[in-house]
Amino acid sequence: MRSIDININGEVLSVPDNITILEAAKMHGIKIPTLCHFPDQRVKANCRVCVVEVEGNRNLVASCSTPVREGMKVRTNSARVRETVQTILELIFANHPQECLTCIRNANCELRELAAEHGIREIKTDMSTPLLPLDNSTPSIVRDPNKCIKCGRCAEVCHQVQTTGILYSHYRGINGAITPEYGKTLAEVACVLCGQCAAVCPVGAIHEKDDTAAVWAALENPKKHVVVQVAPAVRVSIAEEMGQAPGTIAIGKLVTALRRLGFNKVFDTDFTADLTIIEEGNELLQRLKTGGTLPMITSCSPGWVKFIEHNYPEQLDHVSTCKSPQQMFGALAKTYYAEKSGIDPKDIVVVSIMPCTAKKYECTRPEMKSSGYQDVDYVLTTREFGRMLRQSGVDFKALVDSEFDNPLGMSTGAAAIFGATGGVMEAALRTVYEVVTGKELAKLEFESVRGLEGIKEATVDLDGLPVKVAVAHGLGNARKIMDKIKAGEADYAFVEVMACPGGCIGGGGQPYVTKKETRMARMDAIYQVDENMPLRKSHDNPAIKQLYKDFLKEPLGEKSHHLLHTHYQKRGL
Amino acid sequence: MEKLGKAVGDIVSELGPEKGSLLAILLAVQDASLESYVSEAAVNEIARLLNTSRSMVYSTASFYSEISLMPRGRHIVRLCINAPCEDAGKEEIRKALEKELGIKLGETTSDKMFSLEGVSCLGACNMSPAIKVDDKVYGDLTPAGAVRVMRELKEAAKNEHIS
Amino acid sequence: MSTFRELDSYDRVFNFGNYDSSVSLSEYQQNGGYEALRMAIGNPKQALEEICRAGLRGRGGAAFPAGLKLKMMQGNTEKQRYIVCNADEGEPGTFKDRFIMNHIPFQLLEGLTIAAILAGAEDGFVYIRHEYPLAQETIKRSIAEAEAAGLLGDNILGSEFSLHLKIFSGAGSYLCGEETALLSSIEGKKGRPRVKPPFPIESGLWGKPTLINNVETLANIPSIIAKGSDWYRSLGTEDSPGTKLISLSGDVKRRGLYEVPFGTTFREIIENYGGGMKEVFTLKAVNIGGSSGVVVPPEELDCPMEYGKCAERGITIGSGAVYVMDEQRSILGNVHNRVHFFLHESCGKCTPCREGLRQVNRIIDRVIEGEASLKDIDNLERFTRCMQEASFCGLGQAAGNSLISSLKYFRKEYENSCVDCVEKTAERGELC
Repeated sequence: MRSIDININGEVLSVPDNITILEAAKMHGIKIPTLCHFPDQRVKANCRVCVVEVEGNRNLVASCSTPVREGMKVRTNSARVRETVQTILELIFANHPQECLTCIRNANCELRELAAEHGIREIKTDMSTPLLPLDNSTPSIVRDPNKCIKCGRCAEVCHQVQTTGILYSHYRGINGAITPEYGKTLAEVACVLCGQCAAVCPVGAIHEKDDTAAVWAALENPKKHVVVQVAPAVRVSIAEEMGQAPGTIAIGKLVTALRRLGFNKVFDTDFTADLTIIEEGNELLQRLKTGGTLPMITSCSPGWVKFIEHNYPEQLDHVSTCKSPQQMFGALAKTYYAEKSGIDPKDIVVVSIMPCTAKKYECTRPEMKSSGYQDVDYVLTTREFGRMLRQSGVDFKALVDSEFDNPLGMSTGAAAIFGATGGVMEAALRTVYEVVTGKELAKLEFESVRGLEGIKEATVDLDGLPVKVAVAHGLGNARKIMDKIKAGEADYAFVEVMACPGGCIGGGGQPYVTKKETRMARMDAIYQVDENMPLRKSHDNPAIKQLYKDFLKEPLGEKSHHLLHTHYQKRGL
Repeated sequence: MEKLGKAVGDIVSELGPEKGSLLAILLAVQDASLESYVSEAAVNEIARLLNTSRSMVYSTASFYSEISLMPRGRHIVRLCINAPCEDAGKEEIRKALEKELGIKLGETTSDKMFSLEGVSCLGACNMSPAIKVDDKVYGDLTPAGAVRVMRELKEAAKNEHIS
Repeated sequence: MSTFRELDSYDRVFNFGNYDSSVSLSEYQQNGGYEALRMAIGNPKQALEEICRAGLRGRGGAAFPAGLKLKMMQGNTEKQRYIVCNADEGEPGTFKDRFIMNHIPFQLLEGLTIAAILAGAEDGFVYIRHEYPLAQETIKRSIAEAEAAGLLGDNILGSEFSLHLKIFSGAGSYLCGEETALLSSIEGKKGRPRVKPPFPIESGLWGKPTLINNVETLANIPSIIAKGSDWYRSLGTEDSPGTKLISLSGDVKRRGLYEVPFGTTFREIIENYGGGMKEVFTLKAVNIGGSSGVVVPPEELDCPMEYGKCAERGITIGSGAVYVMDEQRSILGNVHNRVHFFLHESCGKCTPCREGLRQVNRIIDRVIEGEASLKDIDNLERFTRCMQEASFCGLGQAAGNSLISSLKYFRKEYENSCVDCVEKTAERGELC
């Protein structure tokens, strides 16, 4: 790799010789518009919005896919380029519903931004708005194929990253559509509802199902006692959703904001994350002692759970029977909390704020009614939470900090790190180590399971007993681990799997746009939250100790089994 | 269903379960089908044997004009619709064929024997207008000639062994 | 000045023999077949030199220098390489490759083998479209015969060179004639083109260096090697040596395939080879290059068929399809058919082609029904220009050629169909 000189818009610039025109321009602060381009994805060069003039080339070239050359002369803003880009945008609009005012993406639609940037004032072509049915078949994701601009980002993430292979480009030409096969709805195929497609869609063609109306209604209902739980990942994401830098920590502010919205109690999913560690840690130890199915695999990621139910139904015994923290919370809210507060559980509405679209589906699973009611009533993604805050006119930045309510609000740093890939593993190891060895951990951080590498492996020394563990994030990596397990080649004791790249901080319901830098910023913030907490091991949580003393009695006991554990379904394809 | 499964399995073992064989497999499965198409069951079975997603198989199958995912007739009558054939009288041929078969372009006869489809340039422009039925191309057609071809094929189809 | 020159049998690159049958292997060898392969095996360096000096260019339409492609293949260090013969002849009006495969398959196989040896490829595919079942059968049979005779397979003619060829059937997609779409198709995917660079020479089939050549290009090679590049260059012109197989069809007396030396004018092709107009009706327009080619009036026909001169006049030789239209024919109808073809064949990957063709077809439909406005004509030009400049691949770039050229030469026919024509031309003081 060496340095070469190219000419962009009359300016001679020095750039590395192994990059594209788009990258070279960006390096020097020259913005070329893009639409189908997405960082971390392969170059598609579909939309052609990034075309530029290169001297010597008869036609325009796509800057995203054309490498630089010594002495290349590029024009990004000539009349010819501007006219062509405008025509391309006009061609897209001509086939796109003119619903900008009411579209869910109107604040952050990439197509709308381009229209503004390129001064599109008139569409001089035939408008032909298609009338394809919406796909409302799942509780998590809504597909509006009329708005699809065929950029291919969703198919790319579904096939290459998640390897679920649900959304793909079918047919040809103007009949082309990016959908499941046979025009099926998402509910009719093995979609795991991870929402990564929604996370990368530039327009309103795929988005989360918006449950804010139902939550507003519950909050308005004087008969209902509405409690809310907040996922670990949300505390490092909501400030970003409200306009601040990615990775801004805002725990106290989000609690105040939730109170302002009218929730009767503001609780913390981190509380049940600590609880999950106790139950799951004990489950692991039991399997190790009694020769149970190993490796044991975590179960807090509902996208991952649906993935294994569809794709590896014969290996379901590996999955921990523990519910996710969200669902453990719901079950406890309508039993333990109901008892303690004297409120009739039928009047308790449990709302959770999650970075996740799959959790909207998880709370509707038939196994999640252990309290006698639907344990969790509504799930809102970080994006919907932001929507409610903006609708309420909350000046998020100016809010004063406040604390979570008790008895379901106290947590440790081990719970906070659930939001990042490797966090559940690390939290579990912190507890399992001390339980098995009876000694105190000298260093709480397990760096070997942190970071964005797809599959992380580590051997932990439990006072002479080596325990091999693995951590996978993104379902493509989960598949690799499962193929290893299926082939009998996996000698791990414990595996953590999170469906979304980066873990929950990269979830399908997170603020736009989630790319590598945002994931890293949110991840760093999560570990910062852990460091700042007074207690950092789940088994040190006094509120959890109280819960067992007063209510659950012992880990894996009868009450735990009834409320906090679940079973799975062999779905197949 | 079991019979179909076997046929697909045989074809995949013969052509190889590599992903590169997919197009050849789809064409062979279609040829083996009495309704000249690739069924959903076949798509699922091919995906399973090739260790790939159903959407991947469907995506390839749905792209190509000569592969059908919907049942058709045993014999496909393909009428070339490009400019040289159009100018040479393809419309008269179409009308004659539609009348003779009792169906419109894009449809299948009720006895499921023949489907009539348009096709992109058969490369028979030196003898346009032309049609292709199964593996044979008939050129320099007149409406009467086209009807003669169809009647001969209908006669031959009657004598076919239907298993 | 007449450049017409009927080729005698020595000067032919192709000897089709009796059109009723396929030239057998023994017949082919009796008439000098496979001499070139022996010469190439004996002196591969010399063989490559001859091809380069002969100035052979790709005959599928892109006209890339064949010798240069071979040299670039040799520049690879990767051992596993492929050769692919592009026999997905889909350009409407073209039937040259069909003739070659049906009647002189061994000339193709010999050229292919020589190219594979020079490119260092030991595995290859002949990608034949599904619509050519006879060609598929003939080539399959011919490969088996060649293998039995030691002319294919391991240790060809006892040399250290090997070539294992398989045929691969297309499944109905014009776009698979585009080289990267063809590779995707062989890999079992949709026939969508791929980002270039990397070019197939560098990274083609399954990421390996791949030489892709059209049937006619490869079939030129035996004659070039056997009779030498000097002989080849004596045919045609300095700018474009050799001959081109012209697929002549339409309203001429003698439709058919003709081997024409470069430099012959299009008028000479129509009159001397085609025998002139079939009926009393006069010549109105000629489509040169198939549906991705141009539509030109009689005045343009004195242009010699030569890459340089044609490029100057905006004429696309392309696959060599020449389609003649007499005064009865409708330019609009012809163009409508052609853009409709592209609408059906577009893969839909990129915006300019997919959406551009959607709009263009709608407008043309309106023009034909007499319901378009002059504003629509402006839009036609705008969208076609956008397609030309910004499409991902050659299909989108060339889809509007017939439109643009017909607008240039036959604009009246468009305008006469417009509703606001009467007003506009009244303004201009013309009669409609």
